[in-house]
Amino acid sequence: MTFRFLGKTCGFMGYFVQYACFTHCTFEYIGDFVMCSGPSMEPTLESNNILLTEHISPRLQRLRRGDIIIAKSPSNPKQNICKRITGLAGDKVRGHFPSRSHVVPRGHVWLEGDNSSNSADSRIYGPVPEGLIRSRVICRVWPFDKITSLTEY
Amino acid sequence: MWLKSVGKSIIFGVPIGVTFLDTVGYVARVEGISMQPVLNPESINTDYVFLSRWAVRDHDVRRGEVISLVSPKDPNQKIIKRVVGLQGDIVSTLGYKNQYVKIPEGHCWVEGDHTGHTLDSNTFGPISLGLVNAKALCIIWPPSRWQSLEAKLPKNRHPKVG
Repeated sequence: MTFRFLGKTCGFMGYFVQYACFTHCTFEYIGDFVMCSGPSMEPTLESNNILLTEHISPRLQRLRRGDIIIAKSPSNPKQNICKRITGLAGDKVRGHFPSRSHVVPRGHVWLEGDNSSNSADSRIYGPVPEGLIRSRVICRVWPFDKITSLTEY
Repeated sequence: MWLKSVGKSIIFGVPIGVTFLDTVGYVARVEGISMQPVLNPESINTDYVFLSRWAVRDHDVRRGEVISLVSPKDPNQKIIKRVVGLQGDIVSTLGYKNQYVKIPEGHCWVEGDHTGHTLDSNTFGPISLGLVNAKALCIIWPPSRWQSLEAKLPKNRHPKVG
C-alpha cells in the first residue's frame, strides 16, 4: 500500500517536472505572454494590455528599426521595459538630456517609447546593449476588441 | 517501435536537460589570456570552468567574484571577468575616459586580472547587471588545476565603497 502510494507520488512528480521543463523551454526560447503597464508606449499600447512575444528574432539578431521589444531595464535587472527600437548600431540619433546627436555603438540599440513626453528611455539612459533584449512583440491578445498585429511600423 | 520510444525520450529529455543547464549551471571553456594568472596560466592549455546560473538567479554579485557576462559589444559572445565595483562605488579606472567613475544604479564594474591585455569596463564602461550570465565557481578541467575560484581583489583595486 505504502509502496503503491510512493510509486504514484513519484510518477506524478515526474510528470510535473517534465511539464515544468517543457514550459520553461517554451517561454525562454520560443515565446510568451507579457502584461505591460505604464504610459510610455501610448497610444500604441495602453496599461494592462497583454502581448504575445517571441524570443527567436532577438536570439538570431534579426531586429529591425520599428520593432517593439521587451528588454531588461538597464538600471534594474528585475524590471522589464517595453519600448520601440528607433536606432540600430551605427545610426545617428538625437539624445535628450545632453541634447546632441550621437552614434549608437556596436552591439547596442536605441530605444524610445511612443509617448515621447512621458517615457524613460534611451534619451535618458543612453544606448542599451543588445544582450538585455529578451523578446520581440508580435501582437496584442487582450483586450479582445483590440487584437492587432504590432510587427509593422 | 524503438524509433517511437527514442523520439519520445528526446521530446521529453531535451527540455529537462535545457532547463537544468539554464537554472543550475554548465561547464564552459575559457579562451584568451584576459584572466591570467587565475585562468589559462599557460596559453597552451585551456581551462574548463563550472558556471553556476543558480548563484546569480537574483542578480546578486559581490566584489571579487568571477562572473561570466554577455559582451556589451557583441551579444553572441560571453566574456569572463572579475567584479571590481558594485552600484554606488567609486572606482579609480585604468585608462577609461574619466579617472574616477561612480557606478550607476543596477550596474557593476568588471575587470580582467591581466591588466593591459583585457577588454573590460575600462573600455566599455560600467555594465548593466542584466548582462550577468553566471558565476564561475571552480576549474574542473584539467584535473591538475582542480580548484575553486575564490572571491578576491588585488589590494590596489579596492573601490571606495559608496
